[in-house]
Amino acid sequence: MKLSLGPLLYFWPRQQIEDFYQAMIDAPVDIIYLGETVCSKRRSLGLAQWLELAQSIKRSASDKEVVLSTLSLIEAESELKTLRRYCDNGEFTVEANDMAAVQLLSEKNIPFSTGPTINIYNAQTLAILHKQGLQRWVMPVELSAQTLADILEQLDNLGIKDQLETEVFSYGHMPLALSARCFTARAHNLAKDQCDLKCIDYPDGLQVTSQEEQKLFTLNGIQTLSGLRYDLFNELPDMQAMGVDIVRISPGSQQTMRLITAYHEKINRAEITASYTVTDPCNGYWYGEPGMLQNA
Amino acid sequence: MMELVCPAGNFPALKEAVNNGANAVYIGFKDDTNARHFAGLNFNDKNLPKAIDYAHQRGTKVFVAINTYPQPDGWQRWKHAVDRASELGVDALIMADIGILDYAANRYPDIARHLSVQGSATSYEALRFYQQNFAIKRAVLPRVLSLAQVRQLAEQSPVELEVFGFGSLCIMAEGRCHLSSYVTGESPNTCGACSPAKSVRWEKTPRGLESRLNNVLIDRYDDNENAGYPTLCKGRFTIARHTFHVLEEPTSLNTIELLPELDEIGIKAIKIEGRQRSPAYTQQVTQVWRQAIDHYYASPENYTPLRQWSEALTRVSEGAQTTLGAYSRPWQ
Repeated sequence: MKLSLGPLLYFWPRQQIEDFYQAMIDAPVDIIYLGETVCSKRRSLGLAQWLELAQSIKRSASDKEVVLSTLSLIEAESELKTLRRYCDNGEFTVEANDMAAVQLLSEKNIPFSTGPTINIYNAQTLAILHKQGLQRWVMPVELSAQTLADILEQLDNLGIKDQLETEVFSYGHMPLALSARCFTARAHNLAKDQCDLKCIDYPDGLQVTSQEEQKLFTLNGIQTLSGLRYDLFNELPDMQAMGVDIVRISPGSQQTMRLITAYHEKINRAEITASYTVTDPCNGYWYGEPGMLQNA
Repeated sequence: MMELVCPAGNFPALKEAVNNGANAVYIGFKDDTNARHFAGLNFNDKNLPKAIDYAHQRGTKVFVAINTYPQPDGWQRWKHAVDRASELGVDALIMADIGILDYAANRYPDIARHLSVQGSATSYEALRFYQQNFAIKRAVLPRVLSLAQVRQLAEQSPVELEVFGFGSLCIMAEGRCHLSSYVTGESPNTCGACSPAKSVRWEKTPRGLESRLNNVLIDRYDDNENAGYPTLCKGRFTIARHTFHVLEEPTSLNTIELLPELDEIGIKAIKIEGRQRSPAYTQQVTQVWRQAIDHYYASPENYTPLRQWSEALTRVSEGAQTTLGAYSRPWQ
């Protein structure tokens, strides 16, 4: 089972992004996803700089796979233009996060993968997309281990299980929703048009609690993430047993390296030397329950 | 002429839509195969044929929404829904799942396929995917696009477009929101339910009337406030000790003033939200929109929404206020 580092969902300054990925060159991850997936107004790095970063990671760590991840909600013509440039990069595999990307890639017969915001809920859908060039998919976060097991069994029956890699979002604030509105701007009483790129002040998103101080959501511009952090560390053996190919860790500004190390050790049944603390874990979705619940 | 597509959660609502001038009604089965899987709502094998007859005899089309996403253990149920609706001769199937679209396209090629708003296609490139692979005839656009963006999309769309004209407003891109399953275990995509009624609890407390969803406090109301249904995205939550409608205030979408623009852009149909609402709602909203559309086509240059229309619509609006939603720039 491989380990991947998902695309950075938050908005960080350029230097912080470059330092982060510089450090990740030494991290025991097999796959690194790069690119802006949330908001087209965030321009710490443009596609050219993401590509430079991708190339520099490949130069330093040739055994790592680098994938470009695309914008999740396409609304404007300008965003389609950028999307076309991602899809036509000619060098790196692309993770499609919107059906527009699936279309652009499949019509050019470019093999692709899909992220968690593509609605794949059954094996029939996977089989159709596989014919279009799908090589790897990330399961929507709200699906359970049981559903995944059922899908994998069906893929086996269809004879395509070995031709598709299955990736599970396993650590981090889960991407739950996308909107035309910017909630971070709204929280600052700013219009989306004049948002001042406020997201940059929240390297791990803006916390929303209920009026009883229960952590509910994490705002990240137009994206709403879970308030608690998904953590499937203890479920890694189950995933291995059922045939999950890749485990995804979502980047954060704190302890990502330690997390990766601990996950890596667990996957390889090594002694766990790296420790990390999650004060607000959840894993309900995996057990077919409300996502916010935590099973010991 | 733009088609008026109205909601019918039951037979009485369907009759109201038909009798008040809907060009088409959209309905669903009594299970999780559609995005309004609510108790006491929708049609079963017994009354569906009668409903279709009633509409067809009066020249109204019937669309059936099978627009949630089947997981492996539900596949047969979704397939059966497609079979049943097709055998009864409905005018279109409204679908979102790629597997189900494929099944319908292969098995019943002559029944029109509409891409549901739950399919979440927000660009002409995404629409081209569904058109090329499943020959969809029409797509319902998510309520995230501005009017300028709808115009751009329409210019290059390979299929007919239907947009929402009125009703409750999803603040999130439809088909891509898991807020409800995160808190309750059920979402629109998986169960056809958002903030499901069975998870709702109301409680009078010394601090006010509280609404809870699976025990999470969604809102708390003073005596002089109107309490609304505790939909997750419309709750009052807290950021840095400041409590407000963090995501959205309870409002309804109303685009009646945009009719000329929508027609000029080439929008083929206006959809009214609200299969979960009463027959009286369907009657009221269908009547007003029928008048508005007829009024517009009678004299396009002189179209101005009548005040009584807005008043009638406001009376049935959630939160008793309306907005142009994403169609207007300030909202974005």
